[in-house]
Amino acid sequence: MLQYLLRRFLYAIPLLIAVNILTFVLFFVVNSPDDMARMQLGQKRVTEQAISNWKHQHGYDLPLLINHEQQGVRQLTETIFYQKSVNLFWFDFGISDSGRNIGSDISQRMWPSLALALPSLLLGLLVNISLALMIVFYRATRTELTANVVLVVLMSVSSLFYIIAGQFLIARVLRWVPISGYDLGWSGLKFLVLPVMISVISGIGAGVRWYRSLFLEEVERDYVRTARAKGLNETAILFKHVLRNASIPILTGVVVILPLLFMGSLIMESFFSIPGLGSYTIDAINRQDFAIVRSMVFLGSVLYIFGLILTDISYTLVDPRVRLN
Amino acid sequence: MVWLWTDVLVVLLLLAALLMVFYMRSQAHLKRPLAKLVASPIAMGSFALLMSFALIGLMDSLHFKAADSQRNELVSLLDLACTNMRTHTETSYSAPFAAYAFNKQMLTGSDGSTYWGFARLQHAATHLQVPEQQLLEDVLWQSVQALLQSFAVVGVLIGLAKYSNPRRFWFPDSIRTVWLVFTLIGSGLYWMWVLSHDYHVLGTDKVGEDVLYQALKSIRTGLVIGCLTTLVMLPFALMLGILAGFFKGWIDDLIQFVYTTLNSIPSVLLIAASILMVQVYMANHGEDFNNLLVRADMRLLFLCLILGVTSWTGLCRLLRAETLKLREMEYVMAAQALGVRPGMILFRHILPNVMHIVLISVVLDFSSLVLAEAALSYINIGVDPTTHSWGNMINSARLEMAREPVVWWPLMASFVFMFTLVLAANLFADQVRDAFDPRRSA
Repeated sequence: MLQYLLRRFLYAIPLLIAVNILTFVLFFVVNSPDDMARMQLGQKRVTEQAISNWKHQHGYDLPLLINHEQQGVRQLTETIFYQKSVNLFWFDFGISDSGRNIGSDISQRMWPSLALALPSLLLGLLVNISLALMIVFYRATRTELTANVVLVVLMSVSSLFYIIAGQFLIARVLRWVPISGYDLGWSGLKFLVLPVMISVISGIGAGVRWYRSLFLEEVERDYVRTARAKGLNETAILFKHVLRNASIPILTGVVVILPLLFMGSLIMESFFSIPGLGSYTIDAINRQDFAIVRSMVFLGSVLYIFGLILTDISYTLVDPRVRLN
Repeated sequence: MVWLWTDVLVVLLLLAALLMVFYMRSQAHLKRPLAKLVASPIAMGSFALLMSFALIGLMDSLHFKAADSQRNELVSLLDLACTNMRTHTETSYSAPFAAYAFNKQMLTGSDGSTYWGFARLQHAATHLQVPEQQLLEDVLWQSVQALLQSFAVVGVLIGLAKYSNPRRFWFPDSIRTVWLVFTLIGSGLYWMWVLSHDYHVLGTDKVGEDVLYQALKSIRTGLVIGCLTTLVMLPFALMLGILAGFFKGWIDDLIQFVYTTLNSIPSVLLIAASILMVQVYMANHGEDFNNLLVRADMRLLFLCLILGVTSWTGLCRLLRAETLKLREMEYVMAAQALGVRPGMILFRHILPNVMHIVLISVVLDFSSLVLAEAALSYINIGVDPTTHSWGNMINSARLEMAREPVVWWPLMASFVFMFTLVLAANLFADQVRDAFDPRRSA
């Protein structure tokens, strides 16, 4: 087990290096720091002095890969690649283009993101799985047909419309909850009810269809027929046999996105002005803050790769048929 | 004629689709699923709907220089057909079928006095003396005329079909659905087109542009993103997936490594980063993108490329798994034993047998790409702000929901158009999957 885990972690290292190199190429090779400076400073005709000032201020006035002016190891460390990319490995995100410490911003802003994403995920799972089980229970009847039509219709509506309609109906016309905002502690609850509800509803279409297909696959298996032959009633079969066996793909699907919950949802957070990492990223995109976007790309990849490792572990823990090799 | 980059690709895509259809018709093993598809009313109905959208998108893809303008302006066939909507711009908001502006403004009366009121629109209901009394009657009368005309045309067409082939006139359900869909779409569009001469059928937006025109123009953007992205990612996914599954060993490891790396970057962030870089590039190479339309078109193309790069991994993984299964099949082993070269085995024995996966996933991805465009445009990393797209329409109309009374028509228009396209695509995708997936047709 330990050896297996070690191997999984070792496999993550080349992946992270590849992601790092990719972001470096994307942010520094496609466009030189001069281009970025010109973009940030805005005007068509920017003086060379202004560009070099901006570059010096933000630490972009170093050579890309090798610094010939320095001696020894510093030839490699006093470069953009080392300063801006390699430092990401120890989560040293540096200073954003607007002068704030990205690391402390992230550690502050990931909690609101989590406060929105975690309830959405759990409630969504509960709703989707119970609805899917219900549809499977009524399979090959008129109810199933109607439910399938409703699901396709729900799936065809853009999530933006769910948000806009929800905000309009619940918050504006009925005035049950505030339209947007965030507060610390329990007083933040009234701000979170609506976004959580909307993200659950907007996920029903695709989610229920996915779980339904998982359950349908299990329902046709031999062991289910055996259970039915033994005289078990349909409810017991669904909960004791089908749900248990289908829970392996469900679990692995959930575990892989668990770490990514910290990143939050870009659209939800910006619509409801929740100060999480999602709205942080959107603000950075709109301000064209390259340092923040770069950090978020790397952080997102780290979390995803961590999720992959977690998935492998949970697989081996839950499913006795999976052997460690 | 002027060909933009995406126009060329759209035409190429059309040719590819036609070739694909002919290829599929000639293959014996595809006869059964195709027949199943043709027999299904839902499949044919949604396909007809998709084709009507595609026709509008295609009309919007044929660009030429405007004859009447001195400026370097490009118009499409659709623009020509909708000249009324394109040129009839007001100053600001107006509701559907309104004769007066939506906002009050300072007006000068006939006696020279100024007062605060609603101004008459410049291009809507101008032929009416007293719009309060005549408007409803006029709209109804014009609608009846338009609908009667279009139904007469459909009647003649059905009559022709009956005359030319009387015994087979009682169509199967699916063909009747196609007739129904085409009749509804055709007469609906004709009705809107006729009324757009005298009214703003779906109102006007903040800068006074006709909302119906915007919604129609957005069709092309949605289709281009849904289709071209597929065209971009298909070669990667197909080649790499099959190679990884067939050769195993270090090739498999390498390809898996590449797609795990790409997959591990959250796609929204990768798209955001790439679009930021494209913006920087365009800002610094302004001279290459002097025409507004060309610039917007390049950005649309880049968006398709980037979406393609982020979305090929899923299909690649599916194809790899299927190829791993296929290469152990007896007929592949037989081919190997007979000394057929690996390239030939891939082309002859593996490729045709994974095509159903490709088809299903392409059709399934289409609707999610159309939806993704709207979300991305909302975050400002989608298409160019000057491009007509449903995402941009939603984005600019969103804040108006806070007004009193509510400006609902731009949102409603984009919702209806987008919903219709996505729903048709989803229904069609489900039917395609049912017909082509061997596991489902047992």
